[in-house]
Amino acid sequence: MKLPIYMDYSATTPVDPRVAELMCQYLTPDGKFGNPASRSHQFGWDADDAVEKARRDVAALLNADPKEIVWTSGATESDNLAIKGAAHFYQRQGKHIITCKTEHKAVLDTCRQLEREGFEVTYLDPESNGMIALGKLEAAMRDDTILVSIMHVNNEIGVVQDISAIGELTRARKILFHVDAAQSAGKVPLDMERQKVDLLSLSAHKIYGPKGIGALYVRRKPRVRLEAQMHGGGHERGMRSGTLATHQIVGMGEAFRIAKEEMAQENERFIKLRDRLWNGLKDMDEVYLNGDLEQRVAGNLNVSFAYVEGESLIMALKDFAVSSGSACTSASLEPSYVLRAIGREDELAHSSIRFTIGRFTTEEEIDYVINTISNQVNRLRELSPLWDMFKDGVDLKSVQWAAH
Amino acid sequence: MAYSDKVLDHYENPRNVGSMDKEAKNVGTGMVGAPACGDVMRLQIQVNDQGVIEDAKFKTYGCGSAIASSSLLTEWVKGKTLEEAQQIKNTQIAEELALPPVKVHCSVLAEDAIKAAVQDYAAKNAKS
Repeated sequence: MKLPIYMDYSATTPVDPRVAELMCQYLTPDGKFGNPASRSHQFGWDADDAVEKARRDVAALLNADPKEIVWTSGATESDNLAIKGAAHFYQRQGKHIITCKTEHKAVLDTCRQLEREGFEVTYLDPESNGMIALGKLEAAMRDDTILVSIMHVNNEIGVVQDISAIGELTRARKILFHVDAAQSAGKVPLDMERQKVDLLSLSAHKIYGPKGIGALYVRRKPRVRLEAQMHGGGHERGMRSGTLATHQIVGMGEAFRIAKEEMAQENERFIKLRDRLWNGLKDMDEVYLNGDLEQRVAGNLNVSFAYVEGESLIMALKDFAVSSGSACTSASLEPSYVLRAIGREDELAHSSIRFTIGRFTTEEEIDYVINTISNQVNRLRELSPLWDMFKDGVDLKSVQWAAH
Repeated sequence: MAYSDKVLDHYENPRNVGSMDKEAKNVGTGMVGAPACGDVMRLQIQVNDQGVIEDAKFKTYGCGSAIASSSLLTEWVKGKTLEEAQQIKNTQIAEELALPPVKVHCSVLAEDAIKAAVQDYAAKNAKS
Protein backbone atom coordinates (compact mmCIF):
# COMPACT_ATOMS: atom_id res chain seq x y z
CA MET A 1 0.00 0.00 0.00
CA LYS A 2 1.34 3.40 -1.00
CA LEU A 3 1.29 6.28 1.50
CA PRO A 4 -0.11 8.89 1.70
CA ILE A 5 -3.56 7.60 0.83
CA TYR A 6 -5.76 9.90 -1.25
CA MET A 7 -9.31 10.06 0.07
CA ASP A 8 -10.33 13.53 -1.07
CA TYR A 9 -11.89 12.72 -4.45
CA SER A 10 -14.54 15.42 -4.03
CA ALA A 11 -11.82 18.05 -3.99
CA THR A 12 -10.38 16.72 -7.22
CA THR A 13 -9.49 13.45 -8.88
CA PRO A 14 -6.35 12.35 -10.65
CA VAL A 15 -6.72 12.26 -14.41
CA ASP A 16 -7.45 8.73 -15.57
CA PRO A 17 -4.38 7.47 -17.50
CA ARG A 18 -6.65 6.67 -20.48
CA VAL A 19 -7.76 10.31 -20.49
CA ALA A 20 -4.25 11.71 -20.15
CA GLU A 21 -3.02 9.58 -23.04
CA LEU A 22 -5.73 10.88 -25.34
CA MET A 23 -5.15 14.50 -24.30
CA CYS A 24 -1.48 14.27 -25.26
CA GLN A 25 -2.51 13.67 -28.87
CA TYR A 26 -3.85 17.23 -29.15
CA LEU A 27 -0.85 19.32 -28.13
CA THR A 28 2.38 18.77 -30.00
CA PRO A 29 3.41 19.42 -33.63
CA ASP A 30 2.79 15.71 -34.37
CA GLY A 31 -0.64 15.96 -32.81
CA LYS A 32 -3.91 17.62 -33.71
CA PHE A 33 -3.08 21.01 -32.22
CA GLY A 34 -5.18 23.18 -34.52
CA ASN A 35 -7.68 25.82 -33.50
CA PRO A 36 -11.13 24.25 -33.77
CA ALA A 37 -12.43 27.61 -35.02
CA SER A 38 -10.10 27.51 -38.05
CA ARG A 39 -12.43 26.68 -40.91
CA SER A 40 -9.90 26.84 -43.75
CA HIS A 41 -7.57 23.89 -43.19
CA GLN A 42 -7.16 20.34 -41.99
CA PHE A 43 -5.63 21.32 -38.65
CA GLY A 44 -8.74 23.22 -37.70
CA TRP A 45 -11.10 20.53 -39.03
CA ASP A 46 -9.32 17.79 -37.05
CA ALA A 47 -9.51 19.80 -33.85
CA ASP A 48 -13.14 20.63 -34.49
CA ASP A 49 -13.93 16.93 -35.03
CA ALA A 50 -12.34 16.12 -31.68
CA VAL A 51 -14.26 18.87 -29.91
CA GLU A 52 -17.55 17.73 -31.41
CA LYS A 53 -16.87 14.09 -30.48
CA ALA A 54 -16.25 15.23 -26.89
CA ARG A 55 -19.43 17.28 -26.98
CA ARG A 56 -21.37 14.16 -27.96
CA ASP A 57 -19.75 12.17 -25.14
CA VAL A 58 -20.58 14.81 -22.55
CA ALA A 59 -24.14 15.14 -23.85
CA ALA A 60 -24.57 11.36 -23.84
CA LEU A 61 -23.92 11.12 -20.11
CA LEU A 62 -26.79 13.54 -19.51
CA ASN A 63 -29.00 12.17 -22.28
CA ALA A 64 -28.96 15.62 -23.84
CA ASP A 65 -28.50 17.00 -27.35
CA PRO A 66 -24.82 17.85 -28.06
CA LYS A 67 -26.00 21.30 -29.22
CA GLU A 68 -27.03 21.97 -25.63
CA ILE A 69 -23.45 21.78 -24.31
CA VAL A 70 -21.44 24.99 -23.88
CA TRP A 71 -17.77 24.63 -22.94
CA THR A 72 -16.50 26.70 -20.02
CA SER A 73 -13.42 26.75 -17.80
CA GLY A 74 -15.12 24.73 -15.06
CA ALA A 75 -18.17 24.49 -12.85
CA THR A 76 -17.56 27.86 -11.19
CA GLU A 77 -17.73 29.59 -14.55
CA SER A 78 -20.74 27.50 -15.53
CA ASP A 79 -22.55 28.54 -12.34
CA ASN A 80 -21.72 32.18 -13.01
CA LEU A 81 -22.84 31.99 -16.62
CA ALA A 82 -26.05 30.18 -15.77
CA ILE A 83 -27.13 32.37 -12.87
CA LYS A 84 -25.93 35.80 -14.00
CA GLY A 85 -26.68 35.02 -17.63
CA ALA A 86 -30.27 33.99 -16.91
CA ALA A 87 -30.85 36.73 -14.33
CA HIS A 88 -29.65 39.44 -16.70
CA PHE A 89 -31.61 38.10 -19.64
CA TYR A 90 -34.90 37.57 -17.81
CA GLN A 91 -34.78 40.46 -15.34
CA ARG A 92 -37.72 42.21 -16.97
CA GLN A 93 -39.88 39.23 -15.95
CA GLY A 94 -38.85 39.44 -12.34
CA LYS A 95 -35.87 39.83 -10.06
CA HIS A 96 -36.34 37.05 -7.54
CA ILE A 97 -34.06 34.00 -7.27
CA ILE A 98 -34.26 30.99 -4.92
CA THR A 99 -31.29 28.93 -3.79
CA CYS A 100 -30.19 27.03 -0.69
CA LYS A 101 -27.78 27.82 2.14
CA THR A 102 -25.74 24.67 1.49
CA GLU A 103 -24.93 25.50 -2.15
CA HIS A 104 -21.34 25.81 -3.32
CA LYS A 105 -19.76 29.24 -2.98
CA ALA A 106 -19.76 29.58 -6.77
CA VAL A 107 -23.55 29.76 -6.54
CA LEU A 108 -23.86 31.66 -3.25
CA ASP A 109 -21.33 34.35 -4.10
CA THR A 110 -22.86 34.78 -7.56
CA CYS A 111 -26.25 35.29 -5.91
CA ARG A 112 -24.72 37.81 -3.51
CA GLN A 113 -23.39 39.72 -6.48
CA LEU A 114 -26.85 39.77 -8.05
CA GLU A 115 -28.26 41.10 -4.77
CA ARG A 116 -25.85 44.00 -5.08
CA GLU A 117 -27.26 44.57 -8.56
CA GLY A 118 -30.80 44.80 -7.21
CA PHE A 119 -32.01 41.20 -7.38
CA GLU A 120 -33.70 39.58 -4.41
CA VAL A 121 -32.50 36.13 -3.30
CA THR A 122 -34.18 33.63 -0.97
CA TYR A 123 -31.71 31.26 0.72
CA LEU A 124 -33.61 28.13 1.80
CA ASP A 125 -32.69 26.25 4.98
CA PRO A 126 -32.22 22.53 4.35
CA GLU A 127 -33.61 19.92 6.75
CA SER A 128 -31.26 18.42 9.34
CA ASN A 129 -30.42 15.55 6.96
CA GLY A 130 -29.33 18.07 4.33
CA MET A 131 -32.35 17.63 2.06
CA ILE A 132 -34.54 20.45 0.79
CA ALA A 133 -38.21 20.16 1.77
CA LEU A 134 -40.17 20.55 -1.45
CA GLY A 135 -43.01 22.26 0.42
CA LYS A 136 -40.67 24.98 1.64
CA LEU A 137 -39.27 25.46 -1.83
CA GLU A 138 -42.74 25.72 -3.29
CA ALA A 139 -43.77 28.21 -0.62
CA ALA A 140 -40.80 30.41 -1.49
CA MET A 141 -41.81 30.68 -5.17
CA ARG A 142 -43.39 34.00 -6.17
CA ASP A 143 -44.80 35.58 -9.30
CA ASP A 144 -41.53 37.41 -9.86
CA THR A 145 -39.30 34.36 -9.30
CA ILE A 146 -37.23 33.79 -12.43
CA LEU A 147 -34.69 31.20 -11.32
CA VAL A 148 -34.21 28.37 -8.83
CA SER A 149 -30.63 27.15 -8.35
CA ILE A 150 -30.18 23.92 -6.39
CA MET A 151 -27.17 21.62 -6.48
CA HIS A 152 -27.63 17.94 -7.27
CA VAL A 153 -25.01 16.46 -4.91
CA ASN A 154 -23.59 18.47 -2.05
CA ASN A 155 -19.81 18.67 -2.09
CA GLU A 156 -19.41 18.36 1.69
CA ILE A 157 -22.08 15.99 2.90
CA GLY A 158 -22.84 14.19 -0.37
CA VAL A 159 -26.64 14.32 -0.11
CA VAL A 160 -28.52 13.98 -3.41
CA GLN A 161 -31.39 16.42 -3.97
CA ASP A 162 -34.49 15.30 -5.84
CA ILE A 163 -33.95 17.40 -8.94
CA SER A 164 -36.68 15.53 -10.84
CA ALA A 165 -39.30 16.67 -8.34
CA ILE A 166 -37.91 20.21 -8.15
CA GLY A 167 -37.99 20.42 -11.96
CA GLU A 168 -41.70 19.62 -11.96
CA LEU A 169 -42.35 22.49 -9.55
CA THR A 170 -40.32 25.03 -11.50
CA ARG A 171 -41.54 24.04 -14.94
CA ALA A 172 -45.19 24.27 -13.85
CA ARG A 173 -44.54 27.90 -12.91
CA LYS A 174 -42.28 28.69 -15.89
CA ILE A 175 -39.38 29.36 -13.54
CA LEU A 176 -35.92 28.40 -14.82
CA PHE A 177 -34.13 25.64 -12.92
CA HIS A 178 -30.33 25.59 -12.65
CA VAL A 179 -28.52 22.59 -11.17
CA ASP A 180 -24.89 22.54 -10.10
CA ALA A 181 -23.98 18.96 -11.02
CA ALA A 182 -20.22 19.25 -10.48
CA GLN A 183 -20.35 16.52 -7.82
CA SER A 184 -22.99 14.35 -9.43
CA ALA A 185 -22.16 13.90 -13.11
CA GLY A 186 -20.77 10.44 -13.59
CA LYS A 187 -21.88 9.40 -10.11
CA VAL A 188 -25.66 9.80 -10.12
CA PRO A 189 -27.73 9.17 -13.29
CA LEU A 190 -28.79 12.31 -15.16
CA ASP A 191 -31.43 12.38 -17.88
CA MET A 192 -32.19 15.74 -19.43
CA GLU A 193 -34.98 14.24 -21.54
CA ARG A 194 -36.94 13.37 -18.43
CA GLN A 195 -35.66 15.76 -15.78
CA LYS A 196 -36.96 19.29 -16.21
CA VAL A 197 -33.64 20.99 -15.68
CA ASP A 198 -32.94 24.09 -17.77
CA LEU A 199 -29.31 24.75 -16.94
CA LEU A 200 -26.77 22.29 -15.54
CA SER A 201 -23.16 22.96 -14.53
CA LEU A 202 -20.48 20.35 -15.15
CA SER A 203 -16.84 19.93 -14.24
CA ALA A 204 -14.24 17.54 -15.66
CA HIS A 205 -11.80 17.25 -12.79
CA LYS A 206 -14.26 15.67 -10.38
CA ILE A 207 -14.57 12.62 -12.60
CA TYR A 208 -11.00 11.87 -13.69
CA GLY A 209 -10.76 14.55 -16.35
CA PRO A 210 -8.39 17.53 -16.31
CA LYS A 211 -8.78 20.71 -14.26
CA GLY A 212 -9.65 23.94 -16.05
CA ILE A 213 -12.47 22.63 -18.20
CA GLY A 214 -16.20 22.34 -17.64
CA ALA A 215 -19.46 22.82 -19.44
CA LEU A 216 -22.90 24.28 -19.06
CA TYR A 217 -25.92 22.41 -20.35
CA VAL A 218 -28.37 24.97 -21.78
CA ARG A 219 -31.77 23.56 -22.72
CA ARG A 220 -33.04 24.18 -26.25
CA LYS A 221 -36.63 22.96 -25.84
CA PRO A 222 -38.12 24.99 -24.27
CA ARG A 223 -35.40 27.38 -25.22
CA VAL A 224 -33.33 29.00 -22.49
CA ARG A 225 -31.64 32.32 -23.26
CA LEU A 226 -28.58 33.67 -21.50
CA GLU A 227 -26.75 36.94 -21.57
CA ALA A 228 -23.09 36.16 -22.29
CA GLN A 229 -20.61 36.95 -19.51
CA MET A 230 -17.55 36.59 -21.76
CA HIS A 231 -17.50 38.50 -25.04
CA GLY A 232 -15.24 37.93 -28.01
CA GLY A 233 -15.30 35.77 -31.09
CA GLY A 234 -18.82 34.49 -30.60
CA HIS A 235 -17.79 30.93 -29.87
CA GLU A 236 -20.28 28.51 -28.35
CA ARG A 237 -23.30 30.12 -30.02
CA GLY A 238 -22.28 33.46 -28.57
CA MET A 239 -22.75 32.28 -25.02
CA ARG A 240 -19.07 31.90 -24.20
CA SER A 241 -16.35 33.38 -26.36
CA GLY A 242 -12.75 32.24 -26.24
CA THR A 243 -10.64 29.77 -28.21
CA LEU A 244 -11.64 26.25 -27.30
CA ALA A 245 -9.00 24.30 -25.36
CA THR A 246 -9.01 21.22 -27.56
CA HIS A 247 -6.88 18.97 -25.34
CA GLN A 248 -8.90 19.87 -22.23
CA ILE A 249 -12.17 19.31 -24.03
CA VAL A 250 -10.98 15.98 -25.42
CA GLY A 251 -10.02 15.01 -21.86
CA MET A 252 -13.41 15.95 -20.50
CA GLY A 253 -15.16 14.05 -23.28
CA GLU A 254 -13.13 10.91 -22.65
CA ALA A 255 -13.68 11.17 -18.89
CA PHE A 256 -17.43 11.45 -19.42
CA ARG A 257 -17.43 8.56 -21.93
CA ILE A 258 -15.65 6.32 -19.40
CA ALA A 259 -17.98 7.49 -16.63
CA LYS A 260 -21.05 6.53 -18.63
CA GLU A 261 -19.63 3.07 -19.24
CA GLU A 262 -18.35 2.37 -15.76
CA MET A 263 -20.61 4.34 -13.44
CA ALA A 264 -22.93 1.51 -12.42
CA GLN A 265 -20.26 -1.00 -11.45
CA GLU A 266 -18.08 1.71 -9.92
CA ASN A 267 -20.93 2.85 -7.68
CA GLU A 268 -21.47 -0.67 -6.44
CA ARG A 269 -17.83 -0.87 -5.45
CA PHE A 270 -17.90 2.59 -3.79
CA ILE A 271 -20.92 1.72 -1.69
CA LYS A 272 -19.19 -1.41 -0.43
CA LEU A 273 -16.08 0.58 0.48
CA ARG A 274 -18.07 3.37 2.08
CA ASP A 275 -20.13 0.94 4.15
CA ARG A 276 -16.94 -0.76 5.23
CA LEU A 277 -15.56 2.59 6.37
CA TRP A 278 -18.74 3.63 8.17
CA ASN A 279 -19.10 0.22 9.84
CA GLY A 280 -15.53 0.54 11.07
CA LEU A 281 -16.12 3.96 12.59
CA LYS A 282 -19.71 4.09 13.76
CA ASP A 283 -19.26 2.01 16.90
CA MET A 284 -16.81 4.45 18.45
CA ASP A 285 -18.26 6.73 21.14
CA GLU A 286 -19.77 10.02 20.04
CA VAL A 287 -19.42 9.62 16.30
CA TYR A 288 -22.01 11.31 14.11
CA LEU A 289 -22.78 10.99 10.43
CA ASN A 290 -23.45 14.31 8.71
CA GLY A 291 -26.10 14.21 6.00
CA ASP A 292 -28.59 11.55 5.03
CA LEU A 293 -27.14 8.05 4.56
CA GLU A 294 -29.73 6.88 2.03
CA GLN A 295 -30.00 9.97 -0.20
CA ARG A 296 -26.27 10.12 -0.62
CA VAL A 297 -23.70 9.84 -3.39
CA ALA A 298 -21.80 6.55 -3.22
CA GLY A 299 -18.31 7.85 -2.50
CA ASN A 300 -18.96 10.32 0.33
CA LEU A 301 -18.79 9.88 4.08
CA ASN A 302 -18.81 12.93 6.36
CA VAL A 303 -18.35 12.16 10.02
CA SER A 304 -18.03 14.24 13.17
CA PHE A 305 -15.86 12.92 15.98
CA ALA A 306 -17.20 14.90 18.91
CA TYR A 307 -14.74 16.61 21.28
CA VAL A 308 -11.87 16.36 18.82
CA GLU A 309 -11.04 19.39 16.70
CA GLY A 310 -10.95 18.63 12.99
CA GLU A 311 -7.70 20.25 12.07
CA SER A 312 -5.77 18.52 14.84
CA LEU A 313 -7.29 15.26 13.69
CA ILE A 314 -6.22 15.92 10.13
CA MET A 315 -2.74 16.59 11.42
CA ALA A 316 -2.79 13.18 13.07
CA LEU A 317 -3.94 11.65 9.82
CA LYS A 318 -0.90 12.79 7.93
CA ASP A 319 -0.74 9.50 6.06
CA PHE A 320 -3.93 10.26 4.25
CA ALA A 321 -5.56 13.14 2.46
CA VAL A 322 -9.03 14.02 3.75
CA SER A 323 -10.69 17.35 4.40
CA SER A 324 -12.23 18.96 7.47
CA GLY A 325 -15.27 21.11 8.05
CA SER A 326 -13.25 23.05 10.57
CA ALA A 327 -11.98 26.31 9.19
CA CYS A 328 -9.33 26.95 11.78
CA THR A 329 -6.84 27.14 8.93
CA SER A 330 -8.60 30.15 7.49
CA ALA A 331 -8.61 33.48 9.27
CA SER A 332 -12.32 33.29 9.99
CA LEU A 333 -12.45 30.51 12.62
CA GLU A 334 -15.93 29.81 11.24
CA PRO A 335 -16.65 26.13 10.85
CA SER A 336 -18.29 24.72 7.73
CA TYR A 337 -21.34 26.75 6.72
CA VAL A 338 -22.89 23.59 5.28
CA LEU A 339 -22.77 21.77 8.60
CA ARG A 340 -24.11 24.82 10.39
CA ALA A 341 -26.94 25.12 7.89
CA ILE A 342 -28.08 21.56 8.67
CA GLY A 343 -28.10 22.52 12.34
CA ARG A 344 -24.91 20.87 13.55
CA GLU A 345 -23.56 22.43 16.75
CA ASP A 346 -20.29 24.26 16.34
CA GLU A 347 -18.38 21.57 18.22
CA LEU A 348 -19.55 18.90 15.82
CA ALA A 349 -18.99 21.12 12.80
CA HIS A 350 -15.42 21.75 13.95
CA SER A 351 -14.95 18.04 14.51
CA SER A 352 -15.93 16.83 11.07
CA ILE A 353 -13.91 14.91 8.51
CA ARG A 354 -14.97 14.34 4.93
CA PHE A 355 -13.81 11.10 3.34
CA THR A 356 -14.40 10.81 -0.38
CA ILE A 357 -13.69 7.52 -2.07
CA GLY A 358 -12.85 7.17 -5.75
CA ARG A 359 -11.69 5.05 -8.64
CA PHE A 360 -8.33 4.16 -7.12
CA THR A 361 -9.39 3.54 -3.49
CA THR A 362 -8.76 0.02 -2.17
CA GLU A 363 -10.17 -2.05 0.68
CA GLU A 364 -6.73 -2.16 2.25
CA GLU A 365 -6.66 1.64 2.35
CA ILE A 366 -10.07 1.74 4.02
CA ASP A 367 -8.91 -0.64 6.74
CA TYR A 368 -5.78 1.39 7.34
CA VAL A 369 -7.86 4.55 7.67
CA ILE A 370 -10.27 2.96 10.15
CA ASN A 371 -7.41 1.76 12.29
CA THR A 372 -5.57 5.08 12.29
CA ILE A 373 -8.70 7.11 12.99
CA SER A 374 -9.68 4.99 15.98
CA ASN A 375 -6.24 5.33 17.53
CA GLN A 376 -5.86 9.04 16.87
CA VAL A 377 -9.35 10.02 17.96
CA ASN A 378 -8.74 8.27 21.25
CA ARG A 379 -5.36 9.94 21.65
CA LEU A 380 -6.75 13.41 20.96
CA ARG A 381 -9.71 12.86 23.25
CA GLU A 382 -7.28 12.14 26.08
CA LEU A 383 -5.94 15.63 25.34
CA SER A 384 -9.36 17.25 25.15
CA PRO A 385 -10.87 19.12 28.11
CA LEU A 386 -14.25 18.82 26.39
CA TRP A 387 -14.01 15.03 26.44
CA ASP A 388 -13.24 15.23 30.20
CA MET A 389 -16.28 17.37 30.73
CA PHE A 390 -18.46 15.09 28.65
CA LYS A 391 -17.27 12.09 30.67
CA ASP A 392 -18.06 14.00 33.88
CA GLY A 393 -21.57 14.60 32.60
CA VAL A 394 -21.18 18.34 32.08
CA ASP A 395 -23.57 19.76 29.50
CA LEU A 396 -21.32 21.86 27.29
CA LYS A 397 -24.22 24.09 26.34
CA SER A 398 -24.63 25.13 29.98
CA VAL A 399 -21.05 26.38 30.21
CA GLN A 400 -20.36 30.10 29.89
CA TRP A 401 -17.53 30.18 27.36
CA ALA A 402 -15.14 33.06 27.14
CA ALA A 403 -15.42 33.43 23.38
CA HIS A 404 -12.58 35.23 21.70
CA MET B 1 0.65 25.17 5.17
CA ALA B 2 3.49 23.35 6.89
CA TYR B 3 3.89 23.17 10.64
CA SER B 4 7.21 23.97 12.26
CA ASP B 5 9.22 21.12 13.75
CA LYS B 6 8.58 22.47 17.23
CA VAL B 7 4.82 22.49 16.74
CA LEU B 8 4.98 18.94 15.41
CA ASP B 9 7.12 17.81 18.32
CA HIS B 10 4.74 19.22 20.94
CA TYR B 11 1.75 17.91 19.03
CA GLU B 12 3.15 14.41 18.77
CA ASN B 13 4.72 14.34 22.23
CA PRO B 14 2.69 16.76 24.30
CA ARG B 15 4.25 17.57 27.66
CA ASN B 16 2.34 17.60 30.94
CA VAL B 17 -1.02 16.39 29.73
CA GLY B 18 -3.46 15.80 32.53
CA SER B 19 -5.73 17.15 35.21
CA MET B 20 -5.43 18.30 38.79
CA ASP B 21 -8.09 18.53 41.46
CA LYS B 22 -9.64 21.87 40.62
CA GLU B 23 -11.12 22.14 44.12
CA ALA B 24 -7.70 21.93 45.78
CA LYS B 25 -6.60 25.19 47.32
CA ASN B 26 -3.09 25.09 45.90
CA VAL B 27 -4.36 24.55 42.35
CA GLY B 28 -5.30 27.31 39.94
CA THR B 29 -7.38 26.47 36.87
CA GLY B 30 -7.67 28.58 33.74
CA MET B 31 -10.09 27.53 31.04
CA VAL B 32 -10.25 29.78 27.99
CA GLY B 33 -11.63 29.68 24.47
CA ALA B 34 -14.91 28.23 23.28
CA PRO B 35 -15.95 25.14 21.33
CA ALA B 36 -17.64 27.42 18.80
CA CYS B 37 -14.28 28.96 17.95
CA GLY B 38 -12.64 25.57 17.60
CA ASP B 39 -10.35 25.81 20.59
CA VAL B 40 -10.62 25.37 24.35
CA MET B 41 -7.57 25.33 26.62
CA ARG B 42 -7.51 24.20 30.21
CA LEU B 43 -4.34 24.99 32.11
CA GLN B 44 -3.84 24.01 35.73
CA ILE B 45 -1.01 25.07 38.02
CA GLN B 46 -0.01 23.73 41.39
CA VAL B 47 1.52 26.44 43.57
CA ASN B 48 3.62 26.01 46.72
CA ASP B 49 3.66 28.21 49.80
CA GLN B 50 6.41 30.38 48.33
CA GLY B 51 4.19 31.26 45.38
CA VAL B 52 6.23 29.16 42.96
CA ILE B 53 4.54 26.99 40.33
CA GLU B 54 5.63 23.44 41.14
CA ASP B 55 3.66 21.62 38.51
CA ALA B 56 1.47 22.38 35.52
CA LYS B 57 -0.96 20.31 33.48
CA PHE B 58 -3.02 21.03 30.40
CA LYS B 59 -5.69 19.66 28.15
CA THR B 60 -6.54 21.36 24.89
CA TYR B 61 -9.24 20.94 22.27
CA GLY B 62 -7.95 22.69 19.21
CA CYS B 63 -5.64 22.63 16.27
CA GLY B 64 -2.04 21.46 16.42
CA SER B 65 -0.77 24.96 17.12
CA ALA B 66 -3.15 25.35 20.06
CA ILE B 67 -2.01 22.04 21.50
CA ALA B 68 1.64 23.00 21.00
CA SER B 69 1.14 26.46 22.55
CA SER B 70 -0.36 25.03 25.71
CA SER B 71 2.17 22.21 25.93
CA LEU B 72 5.04 24.68 25.65
CA LEU B 73 3.40 26.94 28.22
CA THR B 74 3.33 24.16 30.83
CA GLU B 75 7.07 23.71 30.36
CA TRP B 76 7.73 27.40 30.71
CA VAL B 77 5.66 28.11 33.82
CA LYS B 78 7.10 25.32 35.93
CA GLY B 79 9.51 26.75 38.51
CA LYS B 80 8.34 30.31 37.87
CA THR B 81 6.71 32.49 40.49
CA LEU B 82 3.15 33.58 39.84
CA GLU B 83 4.48 37.03 39.11
CA GLU B 84 6.95 35.74 36.53
CA ALA B 85 4.42 33.42 34.92
CA GLN B 86 2.11 36.33 34.26
CA GLN B 87 4.85 38.09 32.35
CA ILE B 88 4.82 35.43 29.61
CA LYS B 89 3.71 37.06 26.39
CA ASN B 90 1.94 35.46 23.49
CA THR B 91 4.58 36.84 21.14
CA GLN B 92 7.25 34.76 22.91
CA ILE B 93 5.19 31.62 22.39
CA ALA B 94 4.44 32.48 18.77
CA GLU B 95 8.11 33.13 18.14
CA GLU B 96 9.33 29.95 19.84
CA LEU B 97 6.90 27.82 17.85
CA ALA B 98 7.25 29.84 14.62
CA LEU B 99 3.49 30.19 14.36
CA PRO B 100 2.18 31.65 11.10
CA PRO B 101 -0.06 34.75 11.35
CA VAL B 102 -3.32 32.75 11.13
CA LYS B 103 -2.22 30.78 14.19
CA VAL B 104 -1.18 33.66 16.42
CA HIS B 105 -4.55 33.47 18.19
CA CYS B 106 -3.43 30.10 19.60
CA SER B 107 -0.59 31.80 21.46
CA VAL B 108 -2.95 34.56 22.64
CA LEU B 109 -5.15 31.87 24.07
CA ALA B 110 -2.18 30.36 25.92
CA GLU B 111 -1.34 33.75 27.46
CA ASP B 112 -4.97 34.12 28.50
CA ALA B 113 -4.87 30.64 30.03
CA ILE B 114 -1.95 31.30 32.37
CA LYS B 115 -3.45 34.64 33.42
CA ALA B 116 -6.78 32.92 34.14
CA ALA B 117 -5.08 30.14 36.12
CA VAL B 118 -3.15 32.63 38.26
CA GLN B 119 -6.32 34.64 38.87
CA ASP B 120 -8.22 31.52 39.90
CA TYR B 121 -5.46 30.61 42.34
CA ALA B 122 -5.39 34.14 43.72
CA ALA B 123 -9.16 34.27 44.13
CA LYS B 124 -9.17 30.97 46.03
CA ASN B 125 -6.44 32.12 48.38
CA ALA B 126 -7.56 35.71 48.90
CA LYS B 127 -10.22 34.87 51.48
CA SER B 128 -7.86 33.13 53.93
